[in-house]
Amino acid sequence: MAEPRVETSLKSWDEVKSTTCYMCACRCGIQVHLKDGQVRHIEGNRDHPVNKGVLCGKGSAGIQQHLSPARLTQPLRRVGPRGAGQFEPISWDEALATASGWLAEIRASDPRKLAFFTGRDQSQALTGWWAQQFGTPNFAAHGGFCSVNMAAAGLYTFGGSFWEFGEPDWEHTRLFLLFGVAEDHSSNPIKIGLGKLKARGAKVVSINPVRSGYSAIADEWVGIRPGTDGLLVGALIHELLRAGKVDLDYLQRHSDAAWLLIQDPGGAEDGLIARNEAGEPLVRHRSTGALLPAKEAGDEAALHGACTLADGRKAIPSFQLLVERFLDEAYSPERVAEACSVPAETIRRLAAEIARAAFEEAIELDIPWTDSQGRRHEKTRGRPVALHAMRGISAHSNGFQTCRLLHLLQLLIGSIDVPGGFLYKPPYPKPPPPGIKPAGKPGQVEPGKPLPGPPLGFVTGPEDLLVDVDGQPQRIDKAFSWEAPLAAHGLMQRVIANAAQRDPYGIDLLFLYMANMSWNSAVNVPDTIAHLTATDPDSGDYVIPRIIYSDAYASEMVAYTDLILPDTTYLERWDCISLLDRPISDAEGAADAIRQPVVAPDRDVRPFQDVLLDLGARLGLPGMTREDGTPRFPGGYSDYIVNHERAPGVGPLAGFRGEDGEAKGKGTPHPRQLERYIEQGCFWRSELAPEERYYRFANQAYLDWAVSHGFLPKAEPITLRLYCEPLQRFRLAGQGHGPLLPPERERARLTRYFDPLPFWYQPLEEEAIGDAAAYPLHAVTQRPMAMYHSWGSQNAWLRQIHGWNRLYMARARAEDQELADGDWVALESPHGRIVVQIAVMEGVNPDTVWTWNAIGKRSGAWNLAPDAPEARKGFLLNHLIGELLPEREGGYRYAASDPITGQAAWYDLRVRLSRASPEEAAAAQSQPQFATLPQPPGSADRSRLRQGPAGANHKPDRGTA
Amino acid sequence: MHPAYSVILFTSLSGAGYGLLGLLGLTAGTTTSLPGPGTLIAAFLLAFLLITGGLLASTFHLGHPERAWRALSQWRSSWLSREGVLALATYPPALIFAWLAITDHDGGLLRVLGLVTAFLCAITVVATAMIYASLATIRQWHQPLVVPVYLAFALASGATLLLGFAVLGGQMQPGHLILAGGTLVLALLLKTLYWRAIDQEPLDLDMGKATGLGHLGRVRQWEGAHTAENFVQQEMGYRIGRRHAGKLRRLITFGLALALLCVLLTAVLPGSLGAFGVLLALAFTLAATLVERWLFFAEAQHVVTLYYGAERA
Amino acid sequence: MTSLPDTSAAGQKKLGLVIDLDTCVGCQACAVSCKEWNDQGMSAPLSDRDPHGADPLGVWLNRVHGYEAGEGAEAQGVYFPRSCLHCEDAACVTVCPTGASYKRAEDGIVLVDPDTCIGCKLCSWACPYGAREYDQDQGVMKKCTLCVDRIYNDNLQPEDRVPACVKACPTGARHFGDLGDPDSAVSRLVDEREGYGLLPELGYKPVNKYLPPRRRDAAAAPPSLASLAGEGDGLTERFFRWADRVLSR
Ligand SMILES: Nc1nc2c(c(=O)[nH]1)N[C@H]1C(S)=C(S)[C@@H](COP(=O)(O)OP(=O)(O)OC[C@H]3O[C@@H](n4cnc5c(=O)[nH]c(N)nc54)[C@H](O)[C@@H]3O)O[C@H]1N2
Ligand SMILES: Nc1nc2c(c(=O)[nH]1)N[C@H]1C(S)=C(S)[C@@H](COP(=O)(O)OP(=O)(O)OC[C@H]3O[C@@H](n4cnc5c(=O)[nH]c(N)nc54)[C@H](O)[C@@H]3O)O[C@H]1N2
Ligand code: SF4
Ligand code: SF4
Ligand code: SF4
Ligand code: SF4
Ligand code: SF4
Ligand SMILES: [Mo]
Repeated sequence: MAEPRVETSLKSWDEVKSTTCYMCACRCGIQVHLKDGQVRHIEGNRDHPVNKGVLCGKGSAGIQQHLSPARLTQPLRRVGPRGAGQFEPISWDEALATASGWLAEIRASDPRKLAFFTGRDQSQALTGWWAQQFGTPNFAAHGGFCSVNMAAAGLYTFGGSFWEFGEPDWEHTRLFLLFGVAEDHSSNPIKIGLGKLKARGAKVVSINPVRSGYSAIADEWVGIRPGTDGLLVGALIHELLRAGKVDLDYLQRHSDAAWLLIQDPGGAEDGLIARNEAGEPLVRHRSTGALLPAKEAGDEAALHGACTLADGRKAIPSFQLLVERFLDEAYSPERVAEACSVPAETIRRLAAEIARAAFEEAIELDIPWTDSQGRRHEKTRGRPVALHAMRGISAHSNGFQTCRLLHLLQLLIGSIDVPGGFLYKPPYPKPPPPGIKPAGKPGQVEPGKPLPGPPLGFVTGPEDLLVDVDGQPQRIDKAFSWEAPLAAHGLMQRVIANAAQRDPYGIDLLFLYMANMSWNSAVNVPDTIAHLTATDPDSGDYVIPRIIYSDAYASEMVAYTDLILPDTTYLERWDCISLLDRPISDAEGAADAIRQPVVAPDRDVRPFQDVLLDLGARLGLPGMTREDGTPRFPGGYSDYIVNHERAPGVGPLAGFRGEDGEAKGKGTPHPRQLERYIEQGCFWRSELAPEERYYRFANQAYLDWAVSHGFLPKAEPITLRLYCEPLQRFRLAGQGHGPLLPPERERARLTRYFDPLPFWYQPLEEEAIGDAAAYPLHAVTQRPMAMYHSWGSQNAWLRQIHGWNRLYMARARAEDQELADGDWVALESPHGRIVVQIAVMEGVNPDTVWTWNAIGKRSGAWNLAPDAPEARKGFLLNHLIGELLPEREGGYRYAASDPITGQAAWYDLRVRLSRASPEEAAAAQSQPQFATLPQPPGSADRSRLRQGPAGANHKPDRGTA
Repeated sequence: MHPAYSVILFTSLSGAGYGLLGLLGLTAGTTTSLPGPGTLIAAFLLAFLLITGGLLASTFHLGHPERAWRALSQWRSSWLSREGVLALATYPPALIFAWLAITDHDGGLLRVLGLVTAFLCAITVVATAMIYASLATIRQWHQPLVVPVYLAFALASGATLLLGFAVLGGQMQPGHLILAGGTLVLALLLKTLYWRAIDQEPLDLDMGKATGLGHLGRVRQWEGAHTAENFVQQEMGYRIGRRHAGKLRRLITFGLALALLCVLLTAVLPGSLGAFGVLLALAFTLAATLVERWLFFAEAQHVVTLYYGAERA
Repeated sequence: MTSLPDTSAAGQKKLGLVIDLDTCVGCQACAVSCKEWNDQGMSAPLSDRDPHGADPLGVWLNRVHGYEAGEGAEAQGVYFPRSCLHCEDAACVTVCPTGASYKRAEDGIVLVDPDTCIGCKLCSWACPYGAREYDQDQGVMKKCTLCVDRIYNDNLQPEDRVPACVKACPTGARHFGDLGDPDSAVSRLVDEREGYGLLPELGYKPVNKYLPPRRRDAAAAPPSLASLAGEGDGLTERFFRWADRVLSR
């Protein structure tokens, strides 16, 4: 009998359109295959700089997100009590009229009363600008609860950051140290990179309390105790210094190591950088002893030794302070070993491996380059040790300083932006910190007027804070106040609680976009729900009078909204992945991208960006209206993308600018710009020549290139900072110096934590608990690679992989407590108690328990069956996390966040674990359970799987022989 | 293995049918003591009913019963196909044999067709058993005793049925008693040996071998491939606990022993009481067979379970 | 076509996958991309029951497990993707009563013909590797096709004529090629890395191979760093003396 003949050249699509994936924030290039105008399947775009053709599990499940039964279908107005989920459909006209009515009132009276916060959004360049045009300082995106510690620590240290602004040199590194990363935003690039390291046989070390994912394939796993990386890295630095394994030339040339610090204990300028009248930092000439501006001393600046300044005060180079701190026994491997649960000998060996890779295996590429002092280098020298870190560092209250410690390690071995090290992605580097200051000081917020600058930025001293004379925060989230001075991304996690407590003031309208704030991005879900529904005891009105929200799906947050502006899915709209926002560049080139609508929405929904521009025009916001009052961007967001100019020649997209569309970076708007993007696969990239790729802080060719692209204002070298002078300014304020003084209760915090040289301190929650034995375990979460926060659970495919979560703990620890895989346990923190099911594993630090993040769902949300496992067995750790630390002296309760940046300290959580009661175990349900949410009107039938034309009726033609 | 009711029903019923038919054939082939025509008609009818009903039942679990005919095509390699072919091949000689027997035909042809029918019945049951015994993936099935056990159970239920017809037809002979008693003992013996064999045989596959990672240390699954169940887990993941298996084994043993006791009682009890005894014997045999078949599945552990977290197989 | 083709001849094409367990991070990209492609290609649809309900049950042709080998901190984590191994002695084929299951003579790919499968599930019992998943809605057996509708597909760019899972895999842990050709890239990988087939004791002779995790030897570790030389002084003094020496070179 003959074999059946199979048709091996099926063509199940009739059209392929490029766009950019948005199943997560990694932003890979995709090719959407369509048949009869319907999505059929999605593949990675091989030409795309981010993913080079690969596609992660979420990306491949895009069709199920696009057709999800949880999609919102029409604008909705709340009719029942807030949280009950009762809505009536309304028209867009009515929705927009209502929203603009509310907004106009606020803008005319007090723009601060609008709090506009956006979550997973990728159009912050638009939303931030809109807020500025509106005139409210109360704008931020999710960075405050996400990774501002990483972003800020990097930007204040070397003008780039681990967080999306740089990447390891996957091609050349020999030793790769990965701190606290489970997945990260660069999902696919990290995996592609790890694959390269594996193929080359480079060593991968993962420092992580949990051995899963990337850590599972690491050549070495260091199962550190959460919150103690600073100690480990401090000890590595100790070892390297002890052995003289530091790159002095690199420090000399590119860092502030030799800059003199005023040593005037008790004085108002103690610890500040000694400068001449022109404000230039001073150094001491090594042989002549003369004090002269750093740039004049060249390589002759002394790295140690006290000297006397012209005014008689003493000064020493910053490097000396650094060496003294880290050579101290407090940072010796023996002293830190127990606290971080890493044996001293492991630390010593790691230090030796770092030294070997950096110095004995140093590489030289045959790439000549010229530095900004005009010196030509025949070769490009590299130190093939690369570090990468993310939320395992970031989500602790000591994250900023810990991240600075990591950068210090990189600087000491000279491995930033060198072959084999950590490389910037254009438009970085920027001067540390970038020169943008937040607007919103008293007097800068005026009715009917835009803010004079952007709401977010980088403060360099108390004078930049957004506080009034009494030190009162000006922003609803208290960002850039004494409580969180370097809150470069704002404090989204504080908005709802502060607004509900009218602390520092009440607001009229909470306007949210793409953030599931009543659930997985709430620090503490039960309290957040209470805040969202809190009423004024006198008037009976909601304390947060109005809430507008734009979501595309029936998330948990929808129920707490007064007016829903339903968004499209990512395949139905224009989007702009802009260099003004979080770029998709890679180390070898600048890149940006667009999303194009590959299909038209089949529901009464509108792209949020269109809606925002429409509202802007209705409100008459200056950037969005012409002189004659007509909308400036009548074509909506795509019109804006092409024609908006942030500065002359600089627009949302850097590619295909100018009259002929050939200008890169800067140029007049080009009318065919979007078509050109589409022709190219929906992205644009400007590649760096080899000689422009390294030492970019001091690489003349690069600096010129960056200026030509509009990334830097001037082609001046950028000095890397071991010493963070802005912190010292705050510390001095804490010590009572300076024109702007903090309230009394802030002083001790400022003095303690704002150390300009990084150091390790105990995470605040841990310190506040005091008795560690009461809550002996650390509890953290990890990102599952095949699920994106809350929004993946509506996905028919992804939810089969992660339909519920369990709490993982060390097998040995479970056995000690006579617990077995599958048992139900109670988990308690000082803030709450949950009941969950455990799973045991080997690869976890014995003092740590963990679970997958955001798998637990509220019953009824996402158009899942009310008894879906996500709701009945899944859970969030968020219920256990406190928004505030326990009371301090004076009764004040600080936010449980990093005292420097305000970053939410999710992973400071401490818990104790015991067997659940027999009733709880028999119920086999996670606790707490929340009331089931009803489906919003217009929801689709969930029992039917919405497939494309690929669905059940499809039967490809096939022949049989 | 997940016990598929249609398969359990099929193998038990058709087994009894083939047992009965085969024994009738054997009796005709080797003796002259076939029961009288009335009893014979009833016996043949029941045998064909059981066989045909069983075969039909076996199509219930098919995704495409309307394509069942295709299952006859791969007799060169597939025991399932062979079983189908043999089952069908049994009908023509068996029907002629039955016709001849009922019409009281006496002679060489009846004898030959009786033997041919008996042989076909036997190898059909063998083919059924081989479907299981040929699967290297299931230790409890990939067993020399599986075929004998299937045959013995077919014989025992067939013999008990035959005894029943003989008693009810008032034509019981000692041979019927010996046959029923003997095959019940055989079934019990072989099944006991089978249990001993599968209990003694080492569970020599584990997760380390399944994954090829055993050289790195003891292998455990810490994260399943997915939280939702899948077909493989539902179909292959079913495994009955040791304690329950023990209980069920005792139940089967007990059932067969009771059947045997009833057969013996039939021998000594007079008339209608004897009929009552044989009906009880039948009920016990059938019940024991059904439980045995169910347990045959439920006790079987598929290698694939190793990938899904089972420690050994 | 239940009988297996003779694949013993030298030069016989044996297409298959080689999966690198040292590189796989368990991201599930291969599993989902497989689901996606095959939900619309020649295996379409791969049914999902109760997709948004309490007990979803879907057909997938590729699944990724997470294992650990060893105890405590020494344990090694290994992710383990599992799909059809396109065995040479594929009992899943020989047990099939209808001939719906067959192994292609030309390249060794094991397929199910959905037009003749009766859904008896016997092949899934015969497969030790759990590679066959029954589609309840369609009433037929489904399995990995090695993307036979991609690898020869003229409508795809030549570089895209690889299985969906191979194209998607972000770490490059999945390799596709002819394991019958000893000089192919995949065969060489298997040689170099001591690739192995699963459960050789069962005799199925899988074509797909797994590359084991590399040995993590700490032996190559350098000795601990020696302190800078110099007696008497504190570490800081010694450090700066060394620094001066280095800088004045
Ligand atoms: N315990 C714990 N909690 C955490 C974390 C943790 O590690 N542990 N991580 C924190 C971090 S870093 C983050 S960033 C947050 C993330 O938390 P969120 O910012 O809340 O992120 P998502 O859950 O992805 O929800 C975003 C919302 O966007 C909606 N959405 C999706 N697509 C679209 C669209 O196209 N248009 C519109 N308008 N809406 C859309 C979704 O339906 C969903 O309601 O979680 C934080 N919470
Ligand atoms: N698939 C997928 N990708 C995502 C997301 C998603 O939800 N799903 N979310 C996106 C978002 S918003 C973000 S912010 C990024 C975050 O990406 P990641 O930074 O990878 O975030 P987490 O998964 O929280 O991983 C934190 C890791 O740190 C470890 N850890 C916890 N505490 C410590 C510690 O004290 N020290 C060390 N060394 N490690 C520690 C945890 O075990 C975990 O492995 O991922 C983005 N990418
Ligand atoms: S990592 Fe995955 S989900 Fe995220 S953008 Fe890329 S393909 Fe899409
Ligand atoms: S893996 Fe299973 S389905 Fe695939 S050929 Fe081998 S036995 Fe058959
Ligand atoms: S389920 Fe289909 S492919 Fe499998 S053995 Fe039965 S007929 Fe053959
Ligand atoms: S080869 Fe194709 S069918 Fe097979 S696992 Fe990979 S994607 Fe799935
Ligand atoms: S896609 Fe690659 S890395 Fe991810 S699970 Fe599959 S084989 Fe492993
Ligand atoms: Mo985040």
